[in-house]
Amino acid sequence: MIRIFIVNLVRFAILVFLQVFLLKNFTLYNLSTPYPYILFILLLQFQTPNIVLFVLSFVIGITIDAFYDTPGLHAAACTLLAFARILFISVTVEKDGFDNEPDPTLDAMGFRWFFMYALILTLIHHFFLFNLEVFRISEIQYTFTRFVLSSVFTVFLMLISGLLFFRRKER
Amino acid sequence: MRNLLIFISKYNAFFLFIIFEFISIFILVNYNSFQKATYIESSNNVTGTVYDKMSQISGYLSLGKVNDSLATENARLHNLLKSSFYVDTLVKRKVVDSIYKQQYTYIMAKVINNSVNHRNNYLTINKGSKDGIAKGMSVICSAGVVGVVVNTSEHLANIQSVLHKETRISAMLADTRDIGNFLWGDNLDPHAGLLVDVANNVKPRKGELVVTSNLSSIYPAGIPIGKISSLQSKDGGLFLNMDVALAVDYSKLEYVYVINNRLATEQTQVEAARKKDD
Repeated sequence: MIRIFIVNLVRFAILVFLQVFLLKNFTLYNLSTPYPYILFILLLQFQTPNIVLFVLSFVIGITIDAFYDTPGLHAAACTLLAFARILFISVTVEKDGFDNEPDPTLDAMGFRWFFMYALILTLIHHFFLFNLEVFRISEIQYTFTRFVLSSVFTVFLMLISGLLFFRRKER
Repeated sequence: MRNLLIFISKYNAFFLFIIFEFISIFILVNYNSFQKATYIESSNNVTGTVYDKMSQISGYLSLGKVNDSLATENARLHNLLKSSFYVDTLVKRKVVDSIYKQQYTYIMAKVINNSVNHRNNYLTINKGSKDGIAKGMSVICSAGVVGVVVNTSEHLANIQSVLHKETRISAMLADTRDIGNFLWGDNLDPHAGLLVDVANNVKPRKGELVVTSNLSSIYPAGIPIGKISSLQSKDGGLFLNMDVALAVDYSKLEYVYVINNRLATEQTQVEAARKKDD
């Protein structure tokens, strides 16, 4: 229990640090801005209670907001992401089927599941985030391009980090 | 009652979602507007201190470039000094200096946080209300316009950059003095903007300098904005629109000047009196 707590605390600190100091002014052709900090929410343990999940999502969202000067924007998107995560896991994972509960990571769940998981949740998060930020129908086409390219970039970074910390489990 | 509790606990994820989403949207709507001061921003103490430390580190990396830009500006200012002019007529000596009353004073500040790739960009500087900075003051750098102060704390201030969807600066063509409005385009290019609402009879040429006009209530007249990069010709329009290549590279801002307009309060009083008459 303590170990899980420390692992998540360190993950939180590293992801916020990376997002705020490295990736904040990082963009490809003014179109693709990655937000891989949502990996923190994606990698929380399966047995995390819903209330804890929502509180942590809100906290990481509002932390990013504080550094990005956009109070409430990332918090709203992260809350939606937490809800989408609950739905996605309840549809695709059987809760009781495991001997020892694995984490929703690349090495524990396999590439195909993790790819779908990361892709769908990132699309939902980014779609909500970009449209809430711009909030203008007249710019919808440009916003849509940004949303798609940014999602691709974010998922790419998530898969890279998943493969980087890949540990093959003996079954 | 018991059934209601069972219902809520069965679908607790949905209700938690509603609660937290409501809080987030509430914060977003309440604290994100242009006028309202907010606590969750980079001018508050915690994030401000962190940004200050990081900017100290990154400041070392660009010392060479900053030195160069300061040296060029020094040279330019030396050129303006009285001692660098040769007085060739006696008439000039008759000009009495005291007829001028200084309208604008400048406060130097260092940029400690900056962004250019969002729809709405903000800067944070290391001078605040203690140094005489107040909301609504304009900010420039040696190359041109930067933005407007929107929020101050004791030691830090938050600036709405020109790269913002609310940006609307009264601008003019430097040569012909024709008035228009400057906007930041919606393609998020930090090096380009738009000059719109220029009268149809004007013949602007490519490369002409665009500066702030004397109608602007925020900026002093004649601060460079950029150069005309291309003309968008639309048939039958009442006004001309053109693309502007910005003079300032906003991603490399290091030092800025906050302008204190000493007649600002007087101007707002006069304009408030007029509004009352209306």
